[in-house]
Amino acid sequence: MMETVAEPGGQCRLRPFSCEQGLLSRPDGSAAFLQGDTSVLAGLYGPAEAKLSKELPDRAALEVLLRPKVGLPGVLERSREQQLRQTCEAVVLGVLHPRTAITLVLQVLSDAGSLLSCCLNAACMGLLDAGLPLSSLFCGVTCALGPDGTIALDPTARQEQEARAVLTFAIDSRERKVLMATTKGSCSVEEMQQCLVTAQRAADTIFQFYRDSLRRRYSKS
Amino acid sequence: MKATPLSNCERRFLLRAIQERKRLDGRQCYDYRNIRVSFGADRGCCIVELGKTRVLAQVSCELVSPKPNRPTEGVLFFNLELSPMAAPGLEPGRQSELLVSLNRLLERCLRDSKCIDTESLCVVAGEKVWQIRLDMHLLNHDGNITDAASIAGIVALCHFRRPDVSVQGEEVTVYTPEERDPVPLSIHHMPICVTFAFFHQGTYLLVDPSEREERVMDGLLVIAMNKHREICTIQSSGVVMLVQDQILRCSKITAVKVAEITELIQKALENDHKARKEGGKFGFAESIPNQRITAFKMESAAVDTNNVEEQAGEIIAKADPPSEVFANPILHTPGTAQIGEGIENSWGDLEESEKEEAAEEEGESEAAAFECQKTETEDANMMKETKEDEPILLSDSEEEEVVILEPQEVPRKTRSEVCCCVPALAMENLVVVCSALPRN
Repeated sequence: MMETVAEPGGQCRLRPFSCEQGLLSRPDGSAAFLQGDTSVLAGLYGPAEAKLSKELPDRAALEVLLRPKVGLPGVLERSREQQLRQTCEAVVLGVLHPRTAITLVLQVLSDAGSLLSCCLNAACMGLLDAGLPLSSLFCGVTCALGPDGTIALDPTARQEQEARAVLTFAIDSRERKVLMATTKGSCSVEEMQQCLVTAQRAADTIFQFYRDSLRRRYSKS
Repeated sequence: MKATPLSNCERRFLLRAIQERKRLDGRQCYDYRNIRVSFGADRGCCIVELGKTRVLAQVSCELVSPKPNRPTEGVLFFNLELSPMAAPGLEPGRQSELLVSLNRLLERCLRDSKCIDTESLCVVAGEKVWQIRLDMHLLNHDGNITDAASIAGIVALCHFRRPDVSVQGEEVTVYTPEERDPVPLSIHHMPICVTFAFFHQGTYLLVDPSEREERVMDGLLVIAMNKHREICTIQSSGVVMLVQDQILRCSKITAVKVAEITELIQKALENDHKARKEGGKFGFAESIPNQRITAFKMESAAVDTNNVEEQAGEIIAKADPPSEVFANPILHTPGTAQIGEGIENSWGDLEESEKEEAAEEEGESEAAAFECQKTETEDANMMKETKEDEPILLSDSEEEEVVILEPQEVPRKTRSEVCCCVPALAMENLVVVCSALPRN
């Protein structure tokens, strides 16, 4: 049987979150999402006119660009872009805007662990700020499996390095279903299911954070 | 994304306003917009906001071999990127003239002015020197990228700390940040660019043009100066011809502005230094202002993980058991192979399989009823019997059309592996690959 980490009483902790929306003046939607010391800035343009070569006849063409802080984007960034694009395409109602292009640009401001889940959260807040039609929200949660089987949520860079496996899930807001799952390292089927259940529980907290931040923004008082 | 063109009436309006000495945001001709510097948690990372123009800068270092004609000097590398989020017209991967000219100007300003002491970056002469790399990203384009980038660059360089190194004879030790505190770069002076935009054939000039003003300007003059009133770089571009006293006047204005900006930078660096030394909080999280309604913070939250094991165990118990893995590839003809033949096809009818989530064992084999039941060769029965480790060659014939389906006599459970069927036309070299597959 595996134990969950750190504090007694079976509690995992998420790092302090912050989010700021609408901070850039040029993009249609923008959001900066911070998880502890990891922060990602998302800028969104769309739906806008698409190039003939890229336009799709029945829905919007979504493009995701992920830029690292240092150096040129490489294979890792490309694979993350594909994962983010597939997650976003699952929730964005692209059929309402055929033959248009939606461009989502993510800039890594600092990386201190759980980068992919921070990108997912920033992308969701950016989509909300841009006012694009979505069928549901999504959030990203990263779990790290320690060498002794403990699950750490929202791991720092050091926890990720020491872990046996790092799993990232994109969870949707309606039924807590999995939109995207990616793992690095090896883990058993039982361990993955436990990480998934933990991630779904953490998703509740994150969706509450989304709700509170939007309530603050749109409340009249 | 296409850039929105400037309409004629906007252009006329801006030019008329400038003629009457008015600017859209209410500034005077020589006023700068608000400059805000915020630091990240990493050393050498900062974001500079000049009005709404936002630039991110990050400094990193690496030990490399020096250039052959400069064996005792470190290497400096500068790179400014216009992120596609900064403005709608910026496509990824397209090197525009603007980008090249900005990069060149910033390089001249920082490298040729010798503001960083490269001799101090030498570790072992001729073998190992530090390469200092400065990456800048434009996050939002609202005019005057040059000034914002030059401020971001010099602030990041001043903020950065490189690992401490000690050389004893032949041995070089690079200390980690935990062993010894990292040391700052040796910076002689801080060159800062100030941009002047000219309108109406050089009659009117504005300091720190915004994006709209940049679109209608005739020409541009950039002067990089440090607080000791030394001009580091000067560049004039556009279709304006400048007179000598105009340039002198601009340099006097620059001196005043640079003094103000340098003071602001020093204060920001000091505040960050104090926050880090006293153990206070630092990083981008602290620079998000609390009072904005578009910003929201949440403290560290605990997630309830009681009964996680039970819940996960239940899900696994309800799910279907995994099927056996068949690792033998089966060679049909040279160029065609299949892995996993003989296993029940789990794709079947996709709609049906979605409805029966908790499918029983018989479910999948029923779904395959409408598939045709051709079996190609008489060796088909051999597949199930052989459990050896070599690839099984079914036939040598190249004309046979091989259709792989599930044979009737395999009742398998659900959740099987995916069968992969390689088309005969593609991948001639697959034969070689299959026979060389290692056993696992």
